[in-house]
Amino acid sequence: MSERRNEEQGRYRGFARRAVMLGGGQLLLLGALAGRMYYLQVVEAEKYKLLAEDNRINIRLLPPPRGRIVDRFGTPLAVNRQNYRVLLVSEQIRDLEASLDDLDRIVPLDEADRERIRKEITRKRNFVPVTVRENLSWEQVSRIEVNAPELPGVSIDVGETRHYPYGEILSHIVGYVAAVSEKELTGDPLLELPGFRVGKNGVEKLNDEALRGTAGTSHIEVNAVGRMIKELSRHEGHAGREVVLTIDSGLQSYIHQRLANEKSAAAVVLDVDNGEVLSLCSVPSYDPKPFNVGLSRQEWLGLVNDPLSPLSNKAISGLYAPGSTFKMMVALAALEAGLGADHKAYCPGFMRLGNHRFHCWKRGGHGSMDLTGAIQQSCDVWFYDVAKRIGIDRIAGMAERFGLGAPVGIDLPGERGGAMPTKAWKLANIGQAWLGGETLINAIGQGFVLTTPLQLAVMTARLATGKAVVPHVTRGLRGGGMPSLSIRLPAPSIEVPKAHLEVVRNAMDAVVNSARGTARGSAIQEPGWEMAGKTGTSQVRRITKAERDAGVIKNEDLPWRRRDHGLFVAYAPVDRPRYACAVVVEHGGGGSSAAAPIVKDILLETQRRDPLGNEPLPLVALGDGQKA
Amino acid sequence: MSVLDEMHLRRNPRLTLGQKLLSINWGLVLLIALLAGFGLAMLYSAANASFHPWASRQAMRFLFGLTVMLAVALIDIRVWFRLSYPIYLLSLLLLVAVELKGSVGMGAQRWIDLGVIQLQPSEVMKVALIMALARYFHGRTLEDVGRVHYLIPPLFLAVAPAALVLRQPDLGTALMLLMGGGALFFAAGVRWWKFALAIGAVGAAVPLAWNSLRGYQQKRVLTFFDPESDPLGAGYHIMQSKIALGSGGVLGKGYLQGSQSHLNFLPEKQTDFIFTMLAEELGMVGGLILLGLFFLVFVYGFAIALRSRNHYGRLLALGLTVNLFLYVFINIAMVTGLIPVVGVPLPLVSYGGTAMLTVLFSLGLMVSVSIHRDVRIPRRGLRDES
Repeated sequence: MSERRNEEQGRYRGFARRAVMLGGGQLLLLGALAGRMYYLQVVEAEKYKLLAEDNRINIRLLPPPRGRIVDRFGTPLAVNRQNYRVLLVSEQIRDLEASLDDLDRIVPLDEADRERIRKEITRKRNFVPVTVRENLSWEQVSRIEVNAPELPGVSIDVGETRHYPYGEILSHIVGYVAAVSEKELTGDPLLELPGFRVGKNGVEKLNDEALRGTAGTSHIEVNAVGRMIKELSRHEGHAGREVVLTIDSGLQSYIHQRLANEKSAAAVVLDVDNGEVLSLCSVPSYDPKPFNVGLSRQEWLGLVNDPLSPLSNKAISGLYAPGSTFKMMVALAALEAGLGADHKAYCPGFMRLGNHRFHCWKRGGHGSMDLTGAIQQSCDVWFYDVAKRIGIDRIAGMAERFGLGAPVGIDLPGERGGAMPTKAWKLANIGQAWLGGETLINAIGQGFVLTTPLQLAVMTARLATGKAVVPHVTRGLRGGGMPSLSIRLPAPSIEVPKAHLEVVRNAMDAVVNSARGTARGSAIQEPGWEMAGKTGTSQVRRITKAERDAGVIKNEDLPWRRRDHGLFVAYAPVDRPRYACAVVVEHGGGGSSAAAPIVKDILLETQRRDPLGNEPLPLVALGDGQKA
Repeated sequence: MSVLDEMHLRRNPRLTLGQKLLSINWGLVLLIALLAGFGLAMLYSAANASFHPWASRQAMRFLFGLTVMLAVALIDIRVWFRLSYPIYLLSLLLLVAVELKGSVGMGAQRWIDLGVIQLQPSEVMKVALIMALARYFHGRTLEDVGRVHYLIPPLFLAVAPAALVLRQPDLGTALMLLMGGGALFFAAGVRWWKFALAIGAVGAAVPLAWNSLRGYQQKRVLTFFDPESDPLGAGYHIMQSKIALGSGGVLGKGYLQGSQSHLNFLPEKQTDFIFTMLAEELGMVGGLILLGLFFLVFVYGFAIALRSRNHYGRLLALGLTVNLFLYVFINIAMVTGLIPVVGVPLPLVSYGGTAMLTVLFSLGLMVSVSIHRDVRIPRRGLRDES
């Protein structure tokens, strides 16, 4: 019995020892768990907190509505139009094909559409809507809404697309928006939003940042599969700012229509006092809409390869020899050089320099000419004579002051400068010494001198006022949560004596409003609206001696490509100038016949509408009001 | 209490129902209720502040389980002693039945529907195995235990169910059965070197075992070693669990405020990963309090084992305590990324019927050992004495 008790006690002692060991082991393991928790929740806590926030919070961008572009009176030129699309949420539909069949009865879907939808549905999470079709008509929208109970999982969504009410009439100024290209990505996440558009040309491009606005953000809590649970916070962005242009859209429409008779032409109308561009037109033009939607390669190639280059805004990027419109510069340079307005030269129809004859456009010659007569009748020989006396550099110096041969700095992309040659210019650019004959050729606006229609308009405005106005199309910015901005560019004096300008203006008056003027046929008859101007004919071919002897071929008998460009510059009214206009008709023939009638019509219409006499859209006042 | 103390000084006391009720370790019952309360609170949170669908059902189960536990506790230890082998046999049969049904049906089949409750025989087996082993070693002297051939029957008792469970396939439960059984071998006094031998043998069998693992089990083990390598695939559970824990910090995000859990980043938050959710919302402090409660339960278990005057009771109480410890340790080590995800619930806290019931049943047995600690059970069994 005692043996058994001893054995029992031994067994208990052994058990107790082992139990203590097990207990100790367990304690150690529990300690390890506590240590692990300390490591995760104290040592590494920050790391995991960040990871948990990453998990939980998604930042969604709220794209701001793009700012409008309006003309000087507030007429919208670029707006956002609601774009209705029909969406499908796959988790809410039982049978995709049946749903698509149902939709097909309202919105026709072809097999390619269906294939794309099937693909998108398998790729996206089942609560993410898939676009079935965009740009629905109002009728389609209402039919879908009415049938909503029979179309589970189908919803209508409103997006925004850019709409240009004036289409091709203003596409060269307003420009267009299109999808963001790879190289335009700046790291701004807004640009990476699907369907986001940026300005690619014109005002849309130049003012893109202001028009774009700033994106708002919405912090949303999402669950493990990305479904939105709730919005945690919302930071509203700013809508894009409204860009107010100096353009008068009504005048622009008129001019576009007036130019439409020509194959290729450009016109500019300026406010002579401050350089505001009232109209800037280039035909042919293009429709900006396909760029927004996405241009097919064929459409693109068609536009690029069109010989009339509709994509190019010829008013600011077309380079033309100014022809006789340049003669005012030579006349002013002569006055500055001390040759009086009464300086006379005899025109027998040509001038001999060395053993070369430089012809006047009038074969029989003008006889004895002074400055006024030379401008009035556009006598070339008088200008040959004067140019020979004063030299090319003085002429160039004058032309530069009037904005010729270099970009004038208009706020549009794609402006070209042209050329205003000097002796140094020729040495640097062509590597040859200046020849005396070149002075004569350039003095009548041929040769090296190249200008844009805009430069010619600027020149005319500066002639009319004596102020160095700078052209611009942007009048100001409004809205977008910031005070309005009004753009006024300084117009300092051109530093040409008033008396000299007066002489030239009188001559320009005579061009239009005197019996012998080259543009007498285009005179404005309405009293008080008369214009003063100057014709120009820009030769695109060389007239050989043989042809001259046989009689110069008339423009009408030449193929279009080889005809002269017709130019005309003018300002009106004569006694108190307000508007300046320049028109270039490509291969239109002589300036007096091709361009002057157009300018007449334009200036007549401009004065009839009188955009400067009407109150433009208020800018500063509205900005203050918004702030208050 | 002095009446009770006096009573317990007697050999083989005959206890009235009242005395038994007084002898119940009410402190232990309180701990259990606290743990279950923790669990219910977390289930309420897991359902986004709703009793439906988990907390209400779990509360019913707990009340039912608590009744079972008290009933089990009041039943004489000698009854359990006698029933040890039959219960084991029944559990084994259930496992075989599940195996047969599973081979007839499709894929993993771990459940048997008894109409009232669904029973997971492998869970029941965890308790049954400990009872059977305690019954076996109760009848062996220390000398017997030292002899190898006496170890063969208990080895079979442990390996047979483990092998069946592994076939289901349920690696976690199989390992738990082996470890729980091993603890009893250890407590019974099996020599250290024999354990070393067994572990060595198992180690040698690892390559073999690896090949027999199912693909998903292999993947679980592999991704355990580098969960970040596949954050959206197999490592997702561990990674998200660690994020939830770590982001909880010392004091937690606040009750009902766990973003990881409530936004479904945390998988199985109401069952295996409930500890993660608790530690996310209540922080390290909450987690350690829960661990502390479990620790006190283990202390109770050890105390009961050491105070029992019969070897069966000692082994049973110790084995059940170790079993409970294994649940807790494996679950928490799993969710904190210390060991692979094996699918072991946190006893009393996780949502689930069988685990709740078997754990409360085993705690009932433990209390029964405590109540009947002075009952002597002869080594060769009860029939000799009568």
